[in-house]
Amino acid sequence: MFYREVGQFKASYDADQAIFPIAQDRWFVIGLVVFAFVGVPLFAGQYLYTEVLIPVLILSIAAIGLNILTGYCGQVSLGTGGFMAVGAYAAYNLALRLPETNIILVFLFAGVMAMLVGLLFGLPSLRIKGFYLAVATLAAQFFLEWAFARVKWFTNYAPSGSVAVSRIELFGYPIDTPGKTYILVLAIVVVLTLAAKNLVRGRLGRMWMAMRDMDIAAEIIGIRPLHAKLSAFAVSSFYIGIAGALWAFLRLGSWEPLAFDVNRSFQVLFMIIIGGLGTILGSFLGAAFIVLVPIFLNQLPSWLGIPISTAMISHLEFMLFGAMIIFFLIVEPHGLARLWAIAKEKLRLWPFPY
Amino acid sequence: MLGPILETLIGGLLTGVLYSLVALGFVLIFKASGVFNFAQGAMVLFAALSFARLSEFMPLVIAFALAVLIMIALAYAIEFLVLRHLVNQDGIILFMATLGIAYFLEGFGETIWGSDIYKIRLGLPQNPIFILESVFPGGLLIDPSELIAAVICAAMVVLLAIFFQVTRVGRALRAVADDHQAAQSVGIPLNKIWLMVWAVAGMVALVAGMMWGAKLGVQFSLSLVALKALPVLILGGFTSIPGAIVGGLIIGAGEKLAEVMLAPVLIKTFDLAGGGIENWFAYVLALLFLLFRPQGLFGERIIERV
Repeated sequence: MFYREVGQFKASYDADQAIFPIAQDRWFVIGLVVFAFVGVPLFAGQYLYTEVLIPVLILSIAAIGLNILTGYCGQVSLGTGGFMAVGAYAAYNLALRLPETNIILVFLFAGVMAMLVGLLFGLPSLRIKGFYLAVATLAAQFFLEWAFARVKWFTNYAPSGSVAVSRIELFGYPIDTPGKTYILVLAIVVVLTLAAKNLVRGRLGRMWMAMRDMDIAAEIIGIRPLHAKLSAFAVSSFYIGIAGALWAFLRLGSWEPLAFDVNRSFQVLFMIIIGGLGTILGSFLGAAFIVLVPIFLNQLPSWLGIPISTAMISHLEFMLFGAMIIFFLIVEPHGLARLWAIAKEKLRLWPFPY
Repeated sequence: MLGPILETLIGGLLTGVLYSLVALGFVLIFKASGVFNFAQGAMVLFAALSFARLSEFMPLVIAFALAVLIMIALAYAIEFLVLRHLVNQDGIILFMATLGIAYFLEGFGETIWGSDIYKIRLGLPQNPIFILESVFPGGLLIDPSELIAAVICAAMVVLLAIFFQVTRVGRALRAVADDHQAAQSVGIPLNKIWLMVWAVAGMVALVAGMMWGAKLGVQFSLSLVALKALPVLILGGFTSIPGAIVGGLIIGAGEKLAEVMLAPVLIKTFDLAGGGIENWFAYVLALLFLLFRPQGLFGERIIERV
């Protein structure tokens, strides 16, 4: 009843090609963003910021990055953790060696470095397909992980192998509380999301999707695979690199290569599968799901008042996590974004039967 | 100079055989159902855990038989609860489902069997033996338990080859691997075949778990052995049993030789904090190889039509 496009006429091409052609969607999203910027800081506490909001937002960027590569271009990658590490260590080294650099430039540099490395490891995708490629990207993961653990220059000869960032400021304004960090991350997420949404709607995105749906057919109608696949690797790695830098700087503060191991790659892959392959919305839903479920599972025994040892909790967490993933795949293989689309479809008619 | 290199080579080859054992489980399942089974490592861990705990209070043979039964039950549960509901889904969805299975099994195994480090005592000789003492000064050092593992692995490959080529079930398996729909339409029960393949893969996992467990002790990190088996897979081809064996040998030997010969050079040139290139060398080797032969050594030729 409330969610209908009746009477909303598109009088120009611009209106027809808008990101949210339906006014209700537009207002909902604008309202959500305004709420995130203004409303959330009114009530959010430290725990909500550092354990929920900031991780979800940062991992959403990584998920968008991987979704561009896997969901839109169809190239399965298990090297996400490695590319995040490239971003983190590139940012660390720039901030260390040129301390005057603006933090935004540091993050951009992280993205660009990850992009270059991504291009290099994307080259095999021109020859290798499917699961062979997925395993091949593990080469990137393990090699990068090893490089950051062993090459001393990357960690500035730190004896323990772990590195830390001291003070982060933006235009002379210190980012020292979780609240300020949250606003900074949110702003970056909004900009990157808008860019990603427009990329996948445009020429480049269509090239990627054609590649995904059938690469040979795409090649025959004149899409260059080199161009399409490598651009997907470049854009994807750029996003993942920025996510890695944000994760290291704003979430961890001090870290070692283990923070970006192969489990991180799987975590991000889970996000896009649970959220929905080939949707930007799904990246956010998936990230929220994967971050929230372990928190929830951890709290559950204490809520129910069941005394369980911590080792047992971690085992049960593994079990439940695995079971939930299987359950979701069986119930809705197209992810949470698909559920959302179905709900919207139903809402158009509600409360009338048809 | 030649002596130590040869010794490393032999050690590498014998370790490679153990990689092949894990890779074999992957290949079996991929061949018959097109599922990229990431849970193979977790199955190895689960099987080894079951066997280790059971053998603590019963003879080895009975423990082995019980462990086999457990793996068959597991295959049945996976088929009934997971695969049956995911027929006709994309490969990536099935792959993710096996990741879920891997998580579940790791948690489940440690919940019921405990999470300490357990020992498997197979009664294999532990003292290293020396061979060719007349040719090289001091001879070559070989670990007899690895030698026995290699023999067992070879026996398993022969058995599996016979099973696939000669028996009625084996023919049905090959038919399913070839084309699900065609196989179904000539009356081959798909679900039963999958059940069987997962059960066989579970037994391969059990043998691999016993061998690795005897070598390293049964603990959580055993499931990471699967990550070592992946480059073996892409090197040998996802669908080839001989490929898994040859790939394992190449990776095992290459990795050990690289650690001995390449790592010192790298450490010197780039001023590294230690070697440890074993972790990625296998992958890079397989990757370079794939650039020239995208379907692996023995993989089926990829023919694509629009």
